[in-house]
Amino acid sequence: MSPVFYLVSAMTVAGALAAVLLKPLVHCALAVTVAFAGLAFLFLSLDAQFAGFAQILVYIGAVAILIVFAILLTKGSELPRDGVFSRSWLAGVVISAAVFAALGWAILRSAWTLPHEAAVPVVTVHDIGVALVDRYVLPLEIVALLLTAATIGAVIVAMHEKEGAK
Amino acid sequence: MQAATLFTPQLAASPIAKILWLIPAMPIVASGVISLLKQPRRKAATVLSIGSLSFSLLLSLIAFAHVVAGWAQGAAVRETVNFTWFQFGSTTVDLGWVLDPLSSVMLVMVTFVGLLIFIYSIGYMAHDENYTRFFCFLSLFAGAMLGVVISNSILLLFMSWEIVGLTSYLLIGFWYQKPSAAAAAKKAFLTTRVGDIFFLLGIVWLFAQTGTLLFYNHGAGSIEGWALTGLLAQPAALGLSAATAIGLLIFAGAAGKSGQLPLHVWLPDAMEGPTPVSALIHAATMVAAGVYLIARVYPLMQAGALAGGTTPALTVVTWVGASTALFAALIAVAQNDIKRILAYSTISQLGYMMAGLGLGGVAVGMFHLITHAFFKALLFMGAGSVIHGCHEEQDIRKMGGLKSAMPLTFATYGIGMLALCGVPIFFSGFWSKDAILESAHGWPLSQAPFYMLVFGAVLTAFYMTRQISYVFFGAYRGHNHAHESPRVMTTPLAILAFFAVALGVIGTPAWPWFRAFLDNRAADVSLHAFAEPAWLMLLLTSCVIVVLGIGFGWTLYGNKSPNAEAPDALERAVPWIWAVLRDKFYVDEFYGATFIAFYEWWARVADWLDRRVWGGAVAAVTWLFGLWAQLNRFLDTNVVDGTFDKGCEEISTGGGLLASIQSGRVQNYLRILALAVVALVAILIWSSRP
Amino acid sequence: MTPLASYLLVAALVFAIGLAGALVRRNAILVLIGIELMLNAANLNFIAFWRYGPHPEALTGMMFAIFSIAVAAAEAAVGLGLVIAIYRHAQTTDLDKMNRMKG
Repeated sequence: MSPVFYLVSAMTVAGALAAVLLKPLVHCALAVTVAFAGLAFLFLSLDAQFAGFAQILVYIGAVAILIVFAILLTKGSELPRDGVFSRSWLAGVVISAAVFAALGWAILRSAWTLPHEAAVPVVTVHDIGVALVDRYVLPLEIVALLLTAATIGAVIVAMHEKEGAK
Repeated sequence: MQAATLFTPQLAASPIAKILWLIPAMPIVASGVISLLKQPRRKAATVLSIGSLSFSLLLSLIAFAHVVAGWAQGAAVRETVNFTWFQFGSTTVDLGWVLDPLSSVMLVMVTFVGLLIFIYSIGYMAHDENYTRFFCFLSLFAGAMLGVVISNSILLLFMSWEIVGLTSYLLIGFWYQKPSAAAAAKKAFLTTRVGDIFFLLGIVWLFAQTGTLLFYNHGAGSIEGWALTGLLAQPAALGLSAATAIGLLIFAGAAGKSGQLPLHVWLPDAMEGPTPVSALIHAATMVAAGVYLIARVYPLMQAGALAGGTTPALTVVTWVGASTALFAALIAVAQNDIKRILAYSTISQLGYMMAGLGLGGVAVGMFHLITHAFFKALLFMGAGSVIHGCHEEQDIRKMGGLKSAMPLTFATYGIGMLALCGVPIFFSGFWSKDAILESAHGWPLSQAPFYMLVFGAVLTAFYMTRQISYVFFGAYRGHNHAHESPRVMTTPLAILAFFAVALGVIGTPAWPWFRAFLDNRAADVSLHAFAEPAWLMLLLTSCVIVVLGIGFGWTLYGNKSPNAEAPDALERAVPWIWAVLRDKFYVDEFYGATFIAFYEWWARVADWLDRRVWGGAVAAVTWLFGLWAQLNRFLDTNVVDGTFDKGCEEISTGGGLLASIQSGRVQNYLRILALAVVALVAILIWSSRP
Repeated sequence: MTPLASYLLVAALVFAIGLAGALVRRNAILVLIGIELMLNAANLNFIAFWRYGPHPEALTGMMFAIFSIAVAAAEAAVGLGLVIAIYRHAQTTDLDKMNRMKG
């Protein structure tokens, strides 16, 4: 394994950890952005350029900003009095540890059956575009619909109520 | 005793025999119609009852003429009309009626005397407000009595017998507001009931033994040849044959109805009823029904008798009859109520009739029955006239000197009294009593009945003289002015008086028509019979009896006017005998102390049983049910409901518990989700192990 | 070349961290962040398998990841909109306090 891989993985995991552990919300948002970036690099290292750049565009460019806006609108910058962790945080940690243990064990047990190397796929954007409108046209349209609905829904949900508010 | 000659059976019934059933039916229908009338409808009631009985009289006369015609030609008549009432299995219950000399004679007597008494009642009951009810019951009685007379089936006879008893009860207790009348009616009914139970036993036994209820059925009847031999052969108990035993049982029933010795106690009390009732029922007809019954079943009573001999059944009848005759005559001597004297006289004369049946046969007993009916009805109606004239006074010590105030009544009463005493030659009573004394004298077993009957005759003459002296002679000791009765009452008296004299003709030894008619023999007129020494002896005896009795009576009481409060002449002479006689030999007291007391005790025991034991059992069952109900309720409330409620509570609690899983917190749900995923993955891995 | 297992492990780790964040933190937005992390980890898994899989030219894995990104974006938008609406209603984003659906 190349050192690039280690570095990038470390960055991603660190960012994720920071996102979960840090107390100020904005710091968490920024940390998760770092995690997103690390993941984008990982995509790139896997020769999934389009996915990587899409990741950067969408996640870092939209989702992270969205999160920051939400933090802003919900006054997340103030630290809560009761603490940031739930009362039963240990149960959550244990459960996620169990999940990781299960997944990890599965992976490690079948490590020798997994391929080590593979030929580099030659994938161009042109191929992806063709696939989008040829084979995956239905999902494409549905996702389009979904995005429209999501947009409309988000607007409606977040809109100020006209009358009879609270 | 003469044996009855066989009657040739009639194959086809004559027209009059076919409509014989109308004779009892008409008065019964009249009674029914009267009962439905709206009160008071005196004219309608009178017309209906007298009309129906007149019609019955007419039919009876036709029937009688028919039978006489047959007898005169030498072809004896016994016609029966039988029919089956119902059938169960192979046994049939038959009813029917018979027309023979015995029944035809009785029919004429009952309807004729009955009609006269009905006419008399119009006057006697004129002031009574329950006039209509009286005639209704009277008609019912007449119909039932006639039913007894014509019945050929012992069951039909018993049914009519019971209705007769019922009407007797209704009429004795006619003035039911008087407690003494109600008590007397009850006493009559209960006493005759005792006899009737034995009668019923006899009926059932006879039916079981002979298989038929009919008396005469062309040779197959229960008192005809075959049946009688069977009954004689069948042994009963105590060395008696079934025939004797059944005969004694039937006699027990007759003894109740005819007031023979142990069961006589109801007759004097029955005088509580109106006088026409006493005349009709307790003198002429109902009490005679017992005698008639014995006459009807005479072949049964007589079965097994050798020529000139007697049977155990008839011996019992004779002794009972003779004892009753003497006993009642003794009591009659010491009575002060005009009707009570006549009541005891009736009991005594019924004893004579029964003795006559036992000693001399059907003709002897029946002849006395017929003559007695006329003069006793006459005496009772005369007494009624006297009571009416003295404004409802019945104590003879408060009467007197009525011969001038009520001449017609006195004349007819006198004739009746002389007939009853048996004054020779001119009066029918002499001839009938004479026949009985003759048979008693010739009885092979003992002369005791003869002497008892003779002494009884002396006493009869004595007490009748006493009564007439008190009532008609001397000075009037009453309070109100006495007057003669209206013509509607005195005319029947006159008619009866005529017959009290005239009927003697048919029973004299010179021309024994009555006996010949009943026994189906030719009757020859032979005046030589008067010259026989035996008969002359008897005539002398009767003369002596009459002279002794009347003479003694007249000496003590005649034309004197004893004070109502002063003791009787005889009482002064033999006070303790007088006391016993006046108190009727204490028979009623004896019954009260024994049977009645026992019955009351038994009733109390039964009441206790009913209330405590059976009632207790019922209460116990009820309590058990209550307990069971309580148990059920407890189970229902606690076990069933409890279980149900508990169950629901558990479910509710469980639901509550389960609901607590829904914390409403999203993160909890997520955790559980994640846990489930882990579990799933673990299972998948574990199951795909090689 | 790094073996496939490494990528998978990384993805699993990120996934577990994201899950922990979703389960442990009080703030609703952080739950959403955790969910985004989980989605990303899944994307990584897809891409890794696509790369090392038998037919990369079929573009199946890549397509999946791309669509996943799109949907995740939409879901993030809606989710954050909901958080804002809830904040407006309850004046808080503390998940421990939101138990109106309690049974």
